[in-house]
Formats: sequence, structure tokens, C-alpha cells
Amino acid sequence: MAGKSNVKIHIKTEWCKGCVICVEYCPTDVLAMRNGKAYVKDITKCTACELCEIRCPDFAITVLYDKSEK
Amino acid sequence: MFEYEKYIRKNKFPLVWCSGCGDGIVLKALLRAIDSIGLEKENVCMVSGIGCSSRLTGYVDCNTLHTTHGRAITFATGIKMAKPELNVIVITGDGDATAIGGNHYIHAARRNIDLTVIIFNNFIYGMTGGQVSPTTPVGMLASTAPFGNMENTFNISGLAQAAGASFVARGTVYHTVMLEKLIKKAILKNGFSVVEVLSPCPTAFGRRNKSGTIIDMMNEQKDNCVTSARAERMSERELEGKTVIGELVNIDRPECSKQYRKLIERCRSGL
Repeated sequence: MAGKSNVKIHIKTEWCKGCVICVEYCPTDVLAMRNGKAYVKDITKCTACELCEIRCPDFAITVLYDKSEK
Repeated sequence: MFEYEKYIRKNKFPLVWCSGCGDGIVLKALLRAIDSIGLEKENVCMVSGIGCSSRLTGYVDCNTLHTTHGRAITFATGIKMAKPELNVIVITGDGDATAIGGNHYIHAARRNIDLTVIIFNNFIYGMTGGQVSPTTPVGMLASTAPFGNMENTFNISGLAQAAGASFVARGTVYHTVMLEKLIKKAILKNGFSVVEVLSPCPTAFGRRNKSGTIIDMMNEQKDNCVTSARAERMSERELEGKTVIGELVNIDRPECSKQYRKLIERCRSGL
């Protein structure tokens, strides 16, 4: 599935506890772990489904995108 | 994106909960539910007892009250009786609500007072070191059950239903979108509303019972839960070992704080 063009994922590393929930449940394999924290591996695959944002227990992930783009 | 910052006390972050604890997921679902209803922060009052889950009130920027063990529903009852216009939300855990506060829980359901009770069921006393709680499944290890728990468990939702609650639902941290909808319905319902949230504890429960990581525990929820609508079409045998999630009870009964106002009116008008 092609990702959205103008999506940004912001990860607040100081709040991330490295639980891996976001990485495991990302349907398009956008996120990965580095030094015990989540990071954005490949933003081009992101479809802005926001599953990582709603499942992150630590309020560390914010998905930003232009909602007008389909 | 959702603007959680509008509702949180940012200076209290990061959250105290362990890595992988689902309580943060429930907090987010609760904030989204409050936002989608359009409640003003000053019209919401959150009351919690003691336990991991009850730390939640410290992070929410509304009227909050962190009370004594098992007595969250008691304090909340007082608030609702005095100020019925407030949306009172009780945050409690399985031990807090059904062991220490068990009596308050069933009697609040009996009175059918308009509270929304969110019970974080992690099957253990997580904060105090993993003691057996009334919901610890039979055979599971706990610090006070080194050879496995031998006691039968409470069905939190069934208990509320039997005691007379207006709205009872069960959700999980895996089914996050559904959880938000259930919490929203519970807040909007006039009467005693319970949402039991299965929020696995990877530290005190998972590690001791070799349940794997939080991912394994959430995948188990994904595999073992059936919605109440689907469960209606399943036989008892098919339902064995499954957990029914979704809306379980939704009935209308006279609500306590309203009945109280009516009584005051009646007394003032000379009976």
C-alpha cells in the first residue's frame, strides 16, 4: 500500500519506554526500535492510520498529516 | 492526531506505569471519549482509589480526587449527590473495586447512581508486588499463591449486572477503538455504568506466569475475545475459554441522585 505523502510521525523519546507496541502493531512496518526506543524507519510506507498513536500507552507518538488528502 | 495536551497535566509526565502497561492506552481512550462528547473539563470529576490504575487521576487536568483504598465509589457517590450536574468518573482497579471496595461497588450498582466506573482489570495487585486479587484466574501464580491460585474468581461485569447496574461493558486495551466507544456510551448513560477494561500487567502478572511480553498478552486478547453480538450466536461449547467483550447490559432504571432531588422537592412542597 502506498503511503501518504505529507505524513509526519513525531516520537517523544523522553516519554517512550520501549514497550514495542507501536512497532508490533504497525500494519505497514514504518516503525522500528533503536537503543530501546521507537524510531521512524520508513515514513514513505505510512498510511496515517494512527494505530501507533492510539495504542502508545505513554503519549509518546503523534501522527501529523493533512486530513484533506485522500 | 488527537490533542491530548488539552486534557493532561504535562508536568507530571512521563507516566509512572511500567513499560507495556495498558493503563496509558485506557487513559487515552478515556480522553478521546470525553472530547468526542464535548464535555468541559470543569464539568468532569475523576475519582480514584489506590492502585496502579488509580494513579490516572494525577495526569488528567480536570477536577480530580485520589482517595483511600476501595473508597473511590463512596467519595464519588457523595460528589454526585451534592453536585448532580457533574460528570463523575471513577477510576479503579480489580482489587480496589471488588475486594477492598466490593461492598461499595455492589451497593452503588443497586442504588443505580449516575457514576461511570472504569475498572482496570489486570488480574493482580500490581502496585504492591503481585498478590492474588479476586480476579486472578485459578492456577495462576502470584506472590501470595506460589503454587497457583486455588480460589474461584469474581466476574466483575456479572457482579454489576446482578446488583442492578444500568450499563455494563467489557473492553480490552487491544480493541482500543471499541474501548473508546464503550467509555463514551458509559459516560452518556444516565445510571450506574461500568466498563471493565482488561489491561494486562506485564510486570507483576506476566513475568511470574511466563505469559510473555505485553505483545503476547495483547495478542491473546485479540485471539480469545469475541464481541457480545457474535457471542449471542455461539453455543456454550464454542464460548468456552473465550472472553465476551462489548456492551453486556444497557437498561433503564430510576437513578439515585434524581430520585433524591425528587424527594427534596416533595418534602419542600409539604409532602
